[in-house]
Amino acid sequence: MGISAQHIYKQFGDFVALDDVNLEVPSGQLTALLGPSGGGKSTLLRIVGGLDDADSGTVFIDDVEATGVPAQRRNVGFVFQHYAAFKHLSVYRNVAFGLEIRKRPKDEIRRRVQELLELVHLEKFADRLPSQLSGGQRQRMALARALAVEPKVLLLDEPFGALDSKVRKELRDWLRRLHDEMHVTTVFVTHDQEEALEVSDSLVVINNGRIEQVGSPNEIYDHPANDFVMGFLGPVTRLGAHLVRPHDIEVLTSDSSGSIQAKITRLTRIGFEVRAEFEAGDSQPWVQLTRGQADGLDLVEGSVVWLRPARDASTLAAD
Amino acid sequence: MTVTVAEVAPTGPPDAGNSRRPSRRTRAAARNSDRAPLGAVSGTGLGVIVIWLSLLVLLPLAAVVVKGSAGGFSGFWHASTSKEALSAIRLTVLCALAVSVINAVMGTLIAWVLVRDSFWGKRIIEVLIDIPFALPTIVAGLVLNSLYGPHSPVGVNWYASRPGILVALLFVTLPFVVRTVEPVLLALETDVEEAAASLGASPMTTFRRIVLPAITPAIVSGAALAFGRAMGEYGSVVLISGQLPHTEVASQYIYSQIENGSLSGASATATVLLLISVLVLAGLSLFRRWAGRRG
Amino acid sequence: MASVRSRGTRRGLRLVAVAYVLVLVAVPVGVVAWRAIDQGAATFWSSISGPDAVHAFQLTGEVAGIAVVINTVFGVTVALLLARYRFIGRGALNLLVDVPVSISPIIVGLALILVFGWTTGWFGHGLQNAGIQIIFATPGMVLATVFVSLPLVVREVLPVLEEAGLDQELAARSLGANALQRLRRITLPTIRWALAYGVVLSVARCLGEFGAVRVVSGNVSGSTQTLTLLVDERAEQFEPGAYQMSVILIAVAALCIIAISLVRPAEEK
Repeated sequence: MGISAQHIYKQFGDFVALDDVNLEVPSGQLTALLGPSGGGKSTLLRIVGGLDDADSGTVFIDDVEATGVPAQRRNVGFVFQHYAAFKHLSVYRNVAFGLEIRKRPKDEIRRRVQELLELVHLEKFADRLPSQLSGGQRQRMALARALAVEPKVLLLDEPFGALDSKVRKELRDWLRRLHDEMHVTTVFVTHDQEEALEVSDSLVVINNGRIEQVGSPNEIYDHPANDFVMGFLGPVTRLGAHLVRPHDIEVLTSDSSGSIQAKITRLTRIGFEVRAEFEAGDSQPWVQLTRGQADGLDLVEGSVVWLRPARDASTLAAD
Repeated sequence: MTVTVAEVAPTGPPDAGNSRRPSRRTRAAARNSDRAPLGAVSGTGLGVIVIWLSLLVLLPLAAVVVKGSAGGFSGFWHASTSKEALSAIRLTVLCALAVSVINAVMGTLIAWVLVRDSFWGKRIIEVLIDIPFALPTIVAGLVLNSLYGPHSPVGVNWYASRPGILVALLFVTLPFVVRTVEPVLLALETDVEEAAASLGASPMTTFRRIVLPAITPAIVSGAALAFGRAMGEYGSVVLISGQLPHTEVASQYIYSQIENGSLSGASATATVLLLISVLVLAGLSLFRRWAGRRG
Repeated sequence: MASVRSRGTRRGLRLVAVAYVLVLVAVPVGVVAWRAIDQGAATFWSSISGPDAVHAFQLTGEVAGIAVVINTVFGVTVALLLARYRFIGRGALNLLVDVPVSISPIIVGLALILVFGWTTGWFGHGLQNAGIQIIFATPGMVLATVFVSLPLVVREVLPVLEEAGLDQELAARSLGANALQRLRRITLPTIRWALAYGVVLSVARCLGEFGAVRVVSGNVSGSTQTLTLLVDERAEQFEPGAYQMSVILIAVAALCIIAISLVRPAEEK
């Protein structure tokens, strides 16, 4: 096991940040901790990294107990949302910092830093100060800095949170490729479900200081354990007694078994997609259709149709 | 008394990447090109100000220098290097240096504790730090003399001794370094220290290699301000120093010269002090420029 | 950061910091306060209500009051000039304003004597012929006090004005506000907390000025003796009253600090 955190409990004042959490991260995997802000995911990551202490519970890294070991002796790489660049040191010295602390020979440091700067495409910026880099470049420097010490695990706390959406997408792909090359056990915290679904091998959904569900991105998307997970990973609408994804609803022009009669209240075209809103008894579901589907059904506002969950749709009972 | 540290605080990079703490300068701050040329009212205002400053500050200071050097260079040299003058200046410089070093260390430590630690009574310490700025200097002198003087309830008698002068100067210069370092430490994100720790740096190494370089400009500024203040300090020293020849600071020496009617002697020594102040201020401004360029 | 710094180190640093501040500031102030009230309320009252003391209170109030008013007007004007106008010598003016803080108060007094003294000063003859006495009289004490507290208001108001920029000013002008209306409705509300802060600092500094006033006043009991001069005289001659008057000055200083700490958060809003 790459990381194993057992029975972690953490309280800030009256606020329970983590309530008896158990986290298992297999070696070599890229795992996302996903959840709303304030849900405890960053606190969990910081406890694994040794930046915060749990009130109770144990942490193992590579099967060695790390509980109570200070951060500087855990050999984890940590990447922060706001880069945490050493502003007075050049890009080169930033990346070399951990190696200098470990008193590695000069030429080894030079070789290793050179390698890493090439890996993150910053070899031309070695002599710049962090303030002369863009946000995306700074975060790549921070990643190279964390990787320089060959950490047992790499922990990233909302690594792309401070970047604009275009750079964020680029770095996301790039992190995935980097991980495929290096295979270092990696955990990253995010509140962006798209990011988590796209990049991670496995996903841990955390809310209110508890783990809601663990699994592969597809498992969790297709079979959410509860309505929180379902709602957090994608859009949800209520159809009769079911919670169902709006693209998982069939629109029928005639009554058939299990369907509910519904009146179209509003049709909105959003680019390629058509969003249809309905009045169906005590629920007001909406359905996501392609333009082709909508045209084929000849939908108009005010007309009456029948709705039912698609055959292999995942549904939850609404309360 | 207040300390302006805008010049030494590390300002964030101008790009939008650093979104957490918008730097004061990136906002709609007035740029020189926005400033209007003088109109009738503002021109008159400037005129009045210039006359006022000339009468109040420039002319009088010029008078000191002129009077001090009235006897030519040899007269100035003779007056400012008399045995008493030299010993007073030497004592003042030494004490001011010692005080700025001690308070640079203690001020940094106190600022660190005030910013990074939390404990019961921290607010009280915050208020106590400001007392030396707000307290009349003679009262400060009385206060110290009553604890460390001849009738000390704790049996420490530093009356008419150098430790007495030192303690008075430490008291009046306490806030400088604390108040210059505090905002810089506050602006220094803790994640930088955490990053250093996760890379294997011990707390001592983190402080030396990460925190100290960031706050050094502020420490130097604070220490220089403290030095300047200590060089000219008078009120807080009067009661505890006893005004014996070996415990007379420069300001006391100048005062006694005035009392004795030797205005030219007083002016010569005053000119030396003014020169030292100018050098310190110039050095500080050079240092700030250098630190600013370094980013 | 609990494990980043060991708890022991943290406690140690805290202890050193607190001990230093207590030994240097709190304990001495406490001793003075205790000595002042040690002999009972009646002694306290009698030692601060003698004619010398009453006169010193009045004179101090008068000198500090005038000096604070002058410095407030001066400070706001200079801050407005520096923030809003470009002119030759702007940098020099900015530098000059800071000069007084780094000069010994004794030199300030000496400098004023050398210009305004009847027998000693450059303008002495003219002033004497006109019958205007500055040195050894209230005007000189006011000048000395103004000198030492010169930058306090400017340095508080200027950054606020610079940060506010000129946009509001231009907007108000485009809406037809004249200079006076702009000052009253835009500028003063913008700077009011910084101004209040600067004024409180000035009050504390002006009430407490000692060295410069000692040189220019002549220190004549019952005539040109301010509170701080009286405290010094009583203390040096071991007469009663020094502690009692000091406690009053300490209380004023404490009030100033409290006022500042109330103003400061308002300013940051």
